[in-house]
Amino acid sequence: MSVSLRDVTVRRRGKTILGPLSIDLDAAGFSIVLGPNGAGKTTFLKILHGVERVTDGTAEWSVSAEEARQAQAYVFQSPIMLRRSVGQNLAYPLQLLGMDKADVAKRVLDWAGRIGLSDALERPAPRLSGGERQKLALGRALIRSPKVLFLDEPCANLDGRSTREIETLLLAAQRDGTRIIMTTHDLGQARRLASDIVFLLNGQVHERAPASEFFTTPKTVEAKAFMEGDIVE
Amino acid sequence: MNEIWAGILAAFRLIVTLDGDLVEITLRSLQVSLSALVIASAIALPFGTWLAIRRFRYRRATIATLNALMGLPPVVVGLIVYLLLSRSGPFGVMGLLFTPTAMIIAQVIIITPLIASITHQAMRELWAEYHDLLISLNTSKRQRIATLIWDGRRTLLTAALAGFGRAIGEVGAIMIVGGNIDHATRVLTTAIALETGKGDFALALGLGFVLIALALLVNFAIHALSRTEREGTW
Ligand SMILES: Nc1ncnc2c1ncn2[C@@H]1O[C@H](COP(=O)(O)OP(=O)(O)OP(=O)(O)O)[C@@H](O)[C@H]1O
Ligand SMILES: [Mg+2]
Repeated sequence: MSVSLRDVTVRRRGKTILGPLSIDLDAAGFSIVLGPNGAGKTTFLKILHGVERVTDGTAEWSVSAEEARQAQAYVFQSPIMLRRSVGQNLAYPLQLLGMDKADVAKRVLDWAGRIGLSDALERPAPRLSGGERQKLALGRALIRSPKVLFLDEPCANLDGRSTREIETLLLAAQRDGTRIIMTTHDLGQARRLASDIVFLLNGQVHERAPASEFFTTPKTVEAKAFMEGDIVE
Repeated sequence: MNEIWAGILAAFRLIVTLDGDLVEITLRSLQVSLSALVIASAIALPFGTWLAIRRFRYRRATIATLNALMGLPPVVVGLIVYLLLSRSGPFGVMGLLFTPTAMIIAQVIIITPLIASITHQAMRELWAEYHDLLISLNTSKRQRIATLIWDGRRTLLTAALAGFGRAIGEVGAIMIVGGNIDHATRVLTTAIALETGKGDFALALGLGFVLIALALLVNFAIHALSRTEREGTW
């Protein structure tokens, strides 16, 4: 399913933190949202997911809002752990769907393996390390095989190897038909994964381009500066 | 002073020999307060949780009312329940006055606001933590409440225990609506009041020790629970 934002503005406490912006995202692909801290990346993702209030304008998916939300998953910038075991955290989204116990157990085992937490199934999730939590949050998001997956800096605290493992999982999910929209501050990662780039600056879509184009011939000076590691304002 | 020592000794003898009256009164106390606890919890836990996650127009007013109800003097509750249940009252035909049922009703009214208020505070905290995730997963209201109650069950148990502690030690309301009738509505607190008045310190002290032991037990349980909650061990 695709989405289109029309003149979306988000104001909080009298300050415009996003927009007005208009953008269309197709039903397939791996979009990466880049931009400095405070550019509005998290707000942008939450608007798309439908969990943040829009002050003005419209955000519409090609299907009903209800159907859209049900087919999406979101990994938050700071992972939210249920006060339960790792296994129960993985099982939770499936239980909500009323899936039967045997199927749930099978999928939980499968995903615990894929995120490298097979040995930690019984451990309380809030006691995991920061990196382990991020992996768990990712597994919990993917376990429903969502049509659209939002990720807000999923690799922020991970070492090189964990980052690779997660990228492999994401690419596999994409192959299986999951549309991915992700933010990152890791430009190497953006180069490795992105099919297209949304470059946000001060709450505006400053540049939008296929990944190959964006990295080789950025159209704006700010995007160029951002990639060279300069501070953009 | 001698009289008190003799009383304490006699009290121990009553406890050690499992004196019939003492056991009967203790069991009735537990029956009344545990029934009240179950009913109050069935109302207060879902209500407190609902209050924590639901935004509506009179939310603040409701919470303020709840906190005010928490401070209701038990004697006044007893008086109101008495009036409602007495022969000429609206529920007089049911003949509930001076029965354990009347005492349970009074205690439910006394502890429901307390349990609901503690529940509301704990659930508000948990809801703040879970909010984004539960919204993102497109949970129904019912699923949200169930999740919060399940994951907050330790705090909720603490709330329930606090309610039980208040119920078992309460005397004013059950004295009025129960009437402290021997072998019918006599419970720990009302018996202590009566025996003390009569000068039978042995039984009064024996009952007092049982009551203190129950109160200590409840407090230890609350303490242990809140520690496991803080350390995040499930
Ligand atoms: N509820 C709110 N009330 C007021 N300001 C807000 C609110 N939410 C976000 N903001 C502000 O909006 C701006 C954009 O926030 P957002 O979280 O989208 O940035 P971001 O691009 O994700 O940043 P980062 O890279 O640090 O995660 C920030 O300046 C932030 O302080
Ligand atoms: Mg952010």
